[in-house]
Amino acid sequence: MAVAAHKTEGAATLLARYAAPKPLNWLKGARDSAADRLSAMGAPHGRDEYWRYTPPAPLLGDVADVAAVQDAPLFDADDAYTLVFVDGVFDAAQSKLGADPALSIQTLNAANADIHWAAESYGVLENAGQNPVPRPLAALNTATAEQGVLIRVSGKAAKPVLLRHIRKAANAEAMLHHVIKLDAGASLTLLEDGVIAARSNVVLEVDVADGAAFDHMRNQGRDHGRVLASHIFAKLGAQSQFKSFTLSLNGALSRNEAVITMTGDSASAHIAGAAVGDGAFLHDDTIFITHDAEHCESRQVFKKVLRNGANGVFQGKILVKPGAQKTDGYQISQGLLLDDDSNFLAKPELEIYADDVVCSHGSTCGSVDETALFYLTSRGVSKADAQDLLVLAFLDEAIAEIRNDDLADLLRERLGGWLARRRK
Amino acid sequence: MLNIKNLHVKLEEEDKAILKGVNLEVKAGEVHAIMGPNGSGKSTLSYVLSGKPGYVVTDGTATLEDKNLLALEPEERAAAGLFLAFQYPVEIPGVGNMTFLRTAANAQRKARGEAELSAAAFLKLVRVKAGELKIDAEMLKRPVNVGFSGGEKKRNEILQMAVLEPKMCILDETDSGLDVDAMKLVADGVNALRSEGRAFLVITHYQRLLDHIKPDVVHIMADGKIIKTGGPELALEVENNGYADLLAEVA
Repeated sequence: MAVAAHKTEGAATLLARYAAPKPLNWLKGARDSAADRLSAMGAPHGRDEYWRYTPPAPLLGDVADVAAVQDAPLFDADDAYTLVFVDGVFDAAQSKLGADPALSIQTLNAANADIHWAAESYGVLENAGQNPVPRPLAALNTATAEQGVLIRVSGKAAKPVLLRHIRKAANAEAMLHHVIKLDAGASLTLLEDGVIAARSNVVLEVDVADGAAFDHMRNQGRDHGRVLASHIFAKLGAQSQFKSFTLSLNGALSRNEAVITMTGDSASAHIAGAAVGDGAFLHDDTIFITHDAEHCESRQVFKKVLRNGANGVFQGKILVKPGAQKTDGYQISQGLLLDDDSNFLAKPELEIYADDVVCSHGSTCGSVDETALFYLTSRGVSKADAQDLLVLAFLDEAIAEIRNDDLADLLRERLGGWLARRRK
Repeated sequence: MLNIKNLHVKLEEEDKAILKGVNLEVKAGEVHAIMGPNGSGKSTLSYVLSGKPGYVVTDGTATLEDKNLLALEPEERAAAGLFLAFQYPVEIPGVGNMTFLRTAANAQRKARGEAELSAAAFLKLVRVKAGELKIDAEMLKRPVNVGFSGGEKKRNEILQMAVLEPKMCILDETDSGLDVDAMKLVADGVNALRSEGRAFLVITHYQRLLDHIKPDVVHIMADGKIIKTGGPELALEVENNGYADLLAEVA
């Protein structure tokens, strides 16, 4: 199907804007084919079905200046193999990669053609994830990114890998492309911390082989004006486990897409997010989970707290392919509106072609429970503190998805502090 | 302690009068019971005193130790020493019972200018009080009232009362939904708190709770007013004859 001329022109404009990344021979083929993909599908547009609720304009034009919010890192660098990126550019001097026999870590711009696995993987899952819903910003990323990390996991990593982001320039733009490949039985926790840049476009491709486990937790930071498009593309083998949790506070625009496909039996995919927005805030989770094997389980848990005209969007799909029997799918998206000016738009989708499956989904949108608020205040808790407690309680189903209880508690504590400070 | 004069209350949403001139004085150290048929305004009185939204006071006053309750926010009334044990304790998923108790206790202490209790000291205090009410440690870890049985919810209310140590305790049909053993446990919890400086207002349908919590004064409420006041024998009269005779007597 031919795309509209304005979308094709849009794609050409995007490719011109990010033209001539640093040449990397081993990436040339993958970049060229991604550029072709983008040209064929065109730039995102507000009339596209998956961009109806999130106008893509802030992701396409010039980058606006964004003020930085002082924020201590969430994760401790001493407990992880740490890669530091400044405005989306790898900073070797500040990084501490360590030496773990289970890990091979390289950065995209330093990597050469010797890493065959990366050459064979880069852009492959992104390409596969373009059907049936086109994701032009991910194709743009594959075509033009020159920063990112390549991680091959051959065993159980002793510590998490931490990507620590530091912002410097007011209007920097980052384009990061990470490729992670876990061999059979391997395991890795990936942590991401902080605002990457004033505007960023991130692609994370994760190939999880049979029996491997990938755990992902990211904090997208608190800068109010930042603009972000992120894509996770994951493929899960038999009996593998995938977990991803995203925390977003503030941000003018966050579009977090995830495309997860279970290709081996008894795989498990959990993806969750907690977002808290105030004022000029649009947060969009667009999730596509495919069950293409038997006995697989998936969970989507997304919670958004919105006030002062903030906007939340959820577009989540579970696709159960023919033959994917004994599928157990669950999806919940909820918006908590703290005033009448805020909006939550949800589009849950289920498409099921197998007859022996359990898929449940729910979506709610409401205000703080007045009865609970009165109960708490009648015990002496101030109204503001009571509301914070109820906000944390609302977010907790998403936070409880974090596998590591210590990290979950750390997050609860931070969130409590953030909510209390926000009132002052 | 608690002084209610000519209290008139209507619903905010519709023009319907619920309380039509309630007069009541509860002195420190006393236990008062309010009985009355369904819809007489007993629960409304407890809600209005504790500050639940949705009611409009059209006339009258309510003071706690000379503080004008009606001008205070619910949390200020709690800090002033008022406590309502709910007829239907609210489930709050996601908020841990222990977190809730500590937040409430420390908020009240702070409001009264007292030092906050350390986590360790507080835990010790709660464990002792919970043990007396046969509330196990597991219940303290669970979210507030979520998955609690009817009896557990009511015991949890009394635990909160024991921990917060209010001056004026209102129990709104605390006996409803309780079996005999649970009622005894709850009554023991209340009796343990009786003291010279503390007063109770016990709202109930049935005399049997008053076998366990012995009142000094019994009031009968009907159609938004207290129609008769007497000693414990008044409760027995209701138990034996129902409300019909009393209502007829007044009319």
